[in-house]
Amino acid sequence: MFTRRLLVTAATAALIGAAAPAYAAPVEIQWWHAMGGPLGEKLVSIAEGFNKSQSDYKVVPVFKGSYPEAMTGAIAAFRAKQQPDIVQVFEVGTATMMAAKGAIYPVYELMKDEGEKFDPKAYVSAVTGYYSDSKGNLLSFPFNSSTPVFYYNKTLFKKAGLDPEKAPKTWPEVAEAGKKLRAAGVACGITTTWPSWVNIENLSVWHAKPIATLNNGFDGLGTKLEIATPLQVKHIEALAEWQKDKVFDYGGRTNQAGSKFASQDCAMLIESSGGQAAIRANAAKAGYEFGIGMMPYWPDVQGAPQNSIIGGATLWVLKGKPKANYKGVAKFFTYLSKPEVQADWHQSTGYLPITNASYQLTLESGFYQKFPGADIPFLQMSNKAPLPYTKGLRLGYMVQVRDVIEEELEAAFSGKKTAKAALEDAQTRGNALLRKFEQENK
Amino acid sequence: MHKRVTFDNKLLPYLLVSPQILVTLVFFFIPAGEAVVYSVFSQDAFGIEINFVGLDNFLFLLNDPHYLRSFGITVFYSVAVAVSALIPALILAVLADGVAKGATVYKTLLIWPYAVAPAVAGVLWVFMFNPAVGIVAQWLRAAGIDWNYKLDGDQAMALVIFAAAWKQISYNFLFFLAGLQAIPKSLIEAAAIDGAGPMRRFFTIILPLLSPTTFFLAVVNMVYAFFDTFGVIHAVTLGGPAGATNILVYKVFNDGFIGLDLGSSSAQSVILLLIVVVLTVVQFRYVERKVQY
Repeated sequence: MFTRRLLVTAATAALIGAAAPAYAAPVEIQWWHAMGGPLGEKLVSIAEGFNKSQSDYKVVPVFKGSYPEAMTGAIAAFRAKQQPDIVQVFEVGTATMMAAKGAIYPVYELMKDEGEKFDPKAYVSAVTGYYSDSKGNLLSFPFNSSTPVFYYNKTLFKKAGLDPEKAPKTWPEVAEAGKKLRAAGVACGITTTWPSWVNIENLSVWHAKPIATLNNGFDGLGTKLEIATPLQVKHIEALAEWQKDKVFDYGGRTNQAGSKFASQDCAMLIESSGGQAAIRANAAKAGYEFGIGMMPYWPDVQGAPQNSIIGGATLWVLKGKPKANYKGVAKFFTYLSKPEVQADWHQSTGYLPITNASYQLTLESGFYQKFPGADIPFLQMSNKAPLPYTKGLRLGYMVQVRDVIEEELEAAFSGKKTAKAALEDAQTRGNALLRKFEQENK
Repeated sequence: MHKRVTFDNKLLPYLLVSPQILVTLVFFFIPAGEAVVYSVFSQDAFGIEINFVGLDNFLFLLNDPHYLRSFGITVFYSVAVAVSALIPALILAVLADGVAKGATVYKTLLIWPYAVAPAVAGVLWVFMFNPAVGIVAQWLRAAGIDWNYKLDGDQAMALVIFAAAWKQISYNFLFFLAGLQAIPKSLIEAAAIDGAGPMRRFFTIILPLLSPTTFFLAVVNMVYAFFDTFGVIHAVTLGGPAGATNILVYKVFNDGFIGLDLGSSSAQSVILLLIVVVLTVVQFRYVERKVQY
């Protein structure tokens, strides 16, 4: 920690030194982010686009590693008074950021203070709802939002005698396809990334069921998990059963399971829509075709499919910087809201179009005809008007809650516990964390 | 009577040890003190609101069966790492000690892995053993083994033990080799003349004479496994599956740096600190006495 601080200080000193020759140098805005690979390159090109569009401000994107690393890095920097102007924080960090009232500069306030035109209604409500306070004020700027979708390997489907143009719609259909794929010598049927986000959080909402009481925590800190209901137990039970003959094969936490799809071990995958760019690049290189469908659902559940919820990240503005910087941040956000910037980001990454205008623009450009399935995330998320408990979730210590859920899921998939016991344990342990958060943030 | 060397300057000795003391203060005492203070407070991630909570952080931990399970896992893991790093190192050292030609080449090659950082070592092993793309994983699968350490806790444990031990073998090798070279050749030759075979010579002469080195290395290896291997765990398993490789120090890191629960994380480090104190006292009081110097 100490050495890191020292490095940050040294780096800052070097930057200041470099910026010193005064020919009205542009004001520098530090933007810490967590986008690696092709996503990171795209992000940098967006910042460059802004820098070229005017000469008063210069946005400097800095890659900080994974989502947790970027967030904890920014928090540590804030404690050492070396914070960036903007930091990209993943959705599970939302409750933590919201609670830090003295550290964050809410976006709606920033835009008002700086006199930038900003209309929250231009944004897709399923996205803004996730990041607004109880009065409906937007606190952070939605940047990359994704939702889990279903990917399948058309080439392997053909090999197994399945119709490559028809994605399985329900879980029983997935199981049937998985069995045929296994019989045709494919190493595994389906796998999923982000085990808790996909198989608990989105599963529940997709079937019009809450994840926690008090509208998934939106209405108060006294929220309790509801993740051991018959729906979730049935789903995890089925996956654990399929695990035995690799119709389903667990592939690890975060997006690690993606490598099983990339290596063509698994023919089906549920993964963030933001993974689309990487999958497209990989498919072209490895020479297979892939298709995109909506997440499967259990057809016997009433109300399914409902709508899916988002993941991904938003941009939080941190307090404690000179006034001039905030003017630049506000202008940068205005730039980011432009339909053509949004549409470009959406089309090249697979993240959701987050303004209605950028969706229209993409639709009119014929992009969805050229890349069938690229509109699936948007359609899936807005499949039905969201219910009060299908807008998202707001749980404290969400990082740990997810860890607990994923630990218990692993116990279920490896046969150490029954699905019911595992989910009940996850619920008990998760609730203990929620009570702790409630106590600390009263 | 021989002449004693004395230093009359009162200040010089303090001046000479001051850099070391400064380093210890800055890197050990101050952070450790901060951890003790933090452990009785609860605070939000940004440190804006800090409340005194007494021993709540500790009580929460001690009532958590998963924290207690992590204890058991840590003990098993450290012993396993120490044993699997010591035995191959000793065998390699004995073999290298006997080599006449090209000894330097062997020694250099054997020491190399020590230069690899734990996290990098972890990534190397991930590449080889990743169930989807790892080369070794593919061999295992071809051999009919259902290799998926992301789901099988025992496989995950074996993998992190190997990854952590592999790196440490070099370090142990170096010390064992030095220890072997310090054993007087005359003793071994005398035993050989008396008719003792190589195995006999090893177990009755070399091993006992190596015991100070072995003792020292056992302590160092345990401490290494306890505290320095979280890079390996982070790169390979993230403490999973189902908490099977969630050792105490990884939990400290995970709760504090990923989960931003600084109160609980600090309480855990204080507990770790106490464990180390107890371990050190026990080892030096009871084990060291039995070691022949």
